[in-house]
Amino acid sequence: MSFHTEAQLKLALVDVRQGFARHDLWLLLGWHDIRQKFRRSLLGPFWLTISTAIMLVALGFVYATLFKMDLKQYFPFLAAGIVTWSLISSLVIEGCQTFIGVEPMIKQIRLPFTVHAFRVVWRNMLVFLHNIVIVVVVVLIFAKLPGLIPLLCLVIGLALFALNGVWLCLLLGLICTRYRDMPPMVASLIQLVFFITPIIWHPSLLAGRQRIINFNPFYHYIELLRAPMLDTVPTAVTWAAVLGITVGGWLVTVIVFWRYRRRIAYWV
Amino acid sequence: MASIQLRDMHVDIPIYDTSARSLKKRILSAGTGGRIVRDHGVATVHVINGLSLVLKDGDRLGLIGPNGAGKTSLLRVLAGVYEPTAGWINVEGSVIPLLDINLGIDMESTGYENVLLRGAVLGLKRHELKALTEHIAEFTGLGNYLAVPVRTYSSGMVLRLAFTISTSVTPEILLLDEFFSVGDAEFLEKAERRLNNLISKAGILVFASHSQDLIRRLCNKVLWLEKGEIRALGDVEPVLAEYTAHVAKQG
Repeated sequence: MSFHTEAQLKLALVDVRQGFARHDLWLLLGWHDIRQKFRRSLLGPFWLTISTAIMLVALGFVYATLFKMDLKQYFPFLAAGIVTWSLISSLVIEGCQTFIGVEPMIKQIRLPFTVHAFRVVWRNMLVFLHNIVIVVVVVLIFAKLPGLIPLLCLVIGLALFALNGVWLCLLLGLICTRYRDMPPMVASLIQLVFFITPIIWHPSLLAGRQRIINFNPFYHYIELLRAPMLDTVPTAVTWAAVLGITVGGWLVTVIVFWRYRRRIAYWV
Repeated sequence: MASIQLRDMHVDIPIYDTSARSLKKRILSAGTGGRIVRDHGVATVHVINGLSLVLKDGDRLGLIGPNGAGKTSLLRVLAGVYEPTAGWINVEGSVIPLLDINLGIDMESTGYENVLLRGAVLGLKRHELKALTEHIAEFTGLGNYLAVPVRTYSSGMVLRLAFTISTSVTPEILLLDEFFSVGDAEFLEKAERRLNNLISKAGILVFASHSQDLIRRLCNKVLWLEKGEIRALGDVEPVLAEYTAHVAKQG
């Protein structure tokens, strides 16, 4: 093993490949995380579904009145938005703990570092699948189920979420392991993002200034899943933004991971 | 064929206090030209200083030395946990580190779940684990306890479980850190037999311990580390005698 930069790049890429190859391990660990969290509770992970549903009903009635919107339109919009948002925010917040949270494991045995990122993403995908029940129910009551093409978009969108989740967890995990005041900083920023992103309010409310939300990357990630859930197709701008961020995010992450991967064990 | 080669290997561990870890301080210090916050440089501890070592099949190396000599760090390097800061390292063969075997045990999970999780971390496939579970139930003597959360176990029971799971895979290179402090006499005997069996199948053993007795029984070579450097390396008895004399003189 040498410390030449090319060797380090190779090690970083091998880590990604080997991490993915250990899917037996991270699938099991991700499942276990969820079971662990809801041990001894009767409803298990459906507690998440219930708490999201309660939030939805409460927000739904208040804001439909405030914004003078039709419940029939507003409820599905809000449901799809909130469920997608909880996926984004938990990926970001838990992504910060990707390595800090598994310090004993990192200190004890050599594993590809990407295993921990795959685990966080998989765990959050499972939670999302529990939450999506809400959207199905709301859509069944107020609208109609999405057609084939939106469903296809939804599947592609979820795949893109997973792909983005991995770089996000690696990058945030690495930075937060080194700089310990990042996690609280990220947590408060994400709170802010929730209010400036069209989740509880409709983009049409930004009368005359709708184009400004195109500069909010979170808007595009919301739309990526929300549009198909509401039986529409994400716009070209959304596709382009998401694909661009995916490529850019992975590029930055590979560079950071290449340079600092071998420091992680010293930092945790 | 298992082999370990280290050439002029260094490990520096950075010590981060809260201010060096803080991004805010970093940014502030950049803004003020580093005049106000002067803790730019991170303190590092040179844990291992230019260590060279060659081990091949059949070597059972005992690591001795005072606390902080670098024994655990050396084991972590051999385990692949720490990548050396400088130098050259080549480790061939599958490695199983038994560094702090209690670390990976999840107290909230049942014994069975721990078998699954730890086994998966060690690289076992699910069907291999199913077969092993029975064996583990029998060897640990935990029986029905395996179905309840580990937090209800006594410390001796936790050790039995952790030890048995970790020693279910035969590696080519086995790394052991001292952990024989818990457990009743009966299990200790059983554990030692199991360990001996594992060691006889493993190509290389590296064992860090303060117990000269255990080192005599398990090892055929001794490395005396002091401040991250080799103080002595050779046959068991001469090095242990030298070390004992040194400790007596110091004490």
